[in-house]
Amino acid sequence: MFTDFYYTLRKRRVPVSITEWMTLMDALSQGLASSSLNVFYYLARSILVKSEAYFDQYDLAFQEYFQGIETPPELRDEILEWLNNPINRIQLTEEEIAELERMNFDELMETFKQRMREQKERHDGGDRWIGTGGTSPFGNSGINPAGIRVGGQSMNRSAIQVAKERKFRNYRNDAVLDVRHFQIALKRLRRLSRIGPEDELDIDVTIDRTCKNAGEIELIWRRQRKNAVKLLLLMDVGGSMSPYAKLCSRLFSAAHSATHFKDFQHFYFHNCIYDNLYRDIERKEPTSTTHLLNTMESGYKVIILGDACMAREELAMKYGAIYYYERNELPGIAWLQRISDHFTHVVWLNPEDLSQWNHPTINMIGRIFPMFELTLEGLDAAVSKLICKV
Amino acid sequence: MDKKKFDQFMGTHKYIVSEPLGNAVNVSIALQRPMLVKGEPGTGKTLLAHNIALALGKELIVWNIKSTSKAQEGLYIYDTVQRLNDSRFGDKDVSDIKQYIKLGKLGMAFASSEQVVILIDEIDKADVEFPNDLLNELDEMSFHIHETNETIKTKQRPIVVITSNSEKELPDAFLRRCIFHYIEFPDEELMEEIVMVHFPDIKTKLLREVLKKFYWLRSINEFRKKPSTSELLDWIQALIASGISHKELSDVIPFLGVLLKKEADYDYLSGKKTGILGTQNRYKWE
Repeated sequence: MFTDFYYTLRKRRVPVSITEWMTLMDALSQGLASSSLNVFYYLARSILVKSEAYFDQYDLAFQEYFQGIETPPELRDEILEWLNNPINRIQLTEEEIAELERMNFDELMETFKQRMREQKERHDGGDRWIGTGGTSPFGNSGINPAGIRVGGQSMNRSAIQVAKERKFRNYRNDAVLDVRHFQIALKRLRRLSRIGPEDELDIDVTIDRTCKNAGEIELIWRRQRKNAVKLLLLMDVGGSMSPYAKLCSRLFSAAHSATHFKDFQHFYFHNCIYDNLYRDIERKEPTSTTHLLNTMESGYKVIILGDACMAREELAMKYGAIYYYERNELPGIAWLQRISDHFTHVVWLNPEDLSQWNHPTINMIGRIFPMFELTLEGLDAAVSKLICKV
Repeated sequence: MDKKKFDQFMGTHKYIVSEPLGNAVNVSIALQRPMLVKGEPGTGKTLLAHNIALALGKELIVWNIKSTSKAQEGLYIYDTVQRLNDSRFGDKDVSDIKQYIKLGKLGMAFASSEQVVILIDEIDKADVEFPNDLLNELDEMSFHIHETNETIKTKQRPIVVITSNSEKELPDAFLRRCIFHYIEFPDEELMEEIVMVHFPDIKTKLLREVLKKFYWLRSINEFRKKPSTSELLDWIQALIASGISHKELSDVIPFLGVLLKKEADYDYLSGKKTGILGTQNRYKWE
């Protein structure tokens, strides 16, 4: 039953496994969906989808699969038109609703098509024909617990309408994020190792040994576990980066407030890196890039944040820097290459949408550094790249 | 299964559930699978378990997870230190290991002869491997005590509710076994119902004004932390206690500290009101 829906979900990249699908089948055979598409929508979602990040894809898949049920394509426009003008709206009592016959889904569709063939005229009220304001399972503005809505606004919200709202769009993994999301992603950036003097009491082993010694106490010491990761963040500021300022500041505050790094350094640049990097956003306190490369060990994990969009000369030419006073003897691309050669782990995060990446300088820089989108997915991938062994 | 048995949980007089949430709970009870609840802070994830227990008249066992929690602790602890102490100074018979086995929260839930509700609160606080270590136990609802060679098995499968704040990713194998529900932030209509449950005597005009202000605050995306339901309820309590009328409320927001918990948000709002749009909170890039 509905096996195609499973594949529709998979196609939308919702990670659904066979186990979960079987659970859903079990639930359906126990009648938990009470033959209502509405209940089915939530039932299937709670069993199949395990993160709100996939709710949006689920909504899309649901729409795609159950689309025809809402507005069958063969409906003539004029029918739709009158359905959109409900004459009367009725309220039923609980008992009356319970009395209405409940059909299962296939039956309902079949009957619907049949009625479509039989019906020749406009119809309002009543309990059989497709129309408005009645208790027939078909039509709109009527009430039937297992009904098919034909166009119009639902008074009791239908499942497909819920799916159509796509209110979980913002929960998608590839959507834009706040500080907390960044913090969680950066938390993965750690390599725990036991360093320093043996000054931590290993209680478990101590107890174990002591018990084995029949109560003669033996103390076991060990080294503390500490995160050995050092992070260097280089950020492009100003100009074309301004639209992303808020996003970048969030990544910065996440990295800055993270306490688990052994060391965290950050510098700013404009468009591309040349002889100097800057300690402040106004770019008043320069630090020589050469000095930086000489003094920082190659084990620093480096995140460069920038849109990588600039004029080709800025990247590839001597004296190409956008500010004349920079007077760079070495073209920007050579500086980037030096950074890439020095550090073992460097990634470039680009806030620009993936669809805009077909830009000459993005391509050139993308050949030097692995480049990722500044989204949760992109950041996750970047962090994985940073912690993997060379 | 007949409808009546399925629709076991419909909320309580103090806890309003949306239809999808009620359904999810009933599905998890019917399929005997753990229920995983996520949602914004303050949407009542923890209270859900309390109210399931209340509505169904079952005992509730709460297992609060901390960053140091181990899966084993939830099942049982073998108190070796006590035994060691007794062997040297005590007068107990230390050869009886049974008296040093202490059941954890999950162990207690399994051992209970009645069906209970067990809440595993904030599972994401623990180590990444924590949920994996519980897979088999939650599937079988039984575990083995090596020291005494005993097996604890449930007579009545407990109703398991697990909450998470998404601080860590939960393992796929664990997720596959759960029924998942994400508690959305209530819309104004549902919120009105929720408030009415807690403050049945509140005046309609005041409530309207309160909700208007509250949803306006929530619509400000620049906040580090948006006010949540529990903060709204605290705020209303403060308003009622101070006897403020809805007219006074229309120009000012008193007791702002109850709603906003971050200094930056406070500053942002005061900037916004004077028209300088949160200067302190803004990043200057050029």
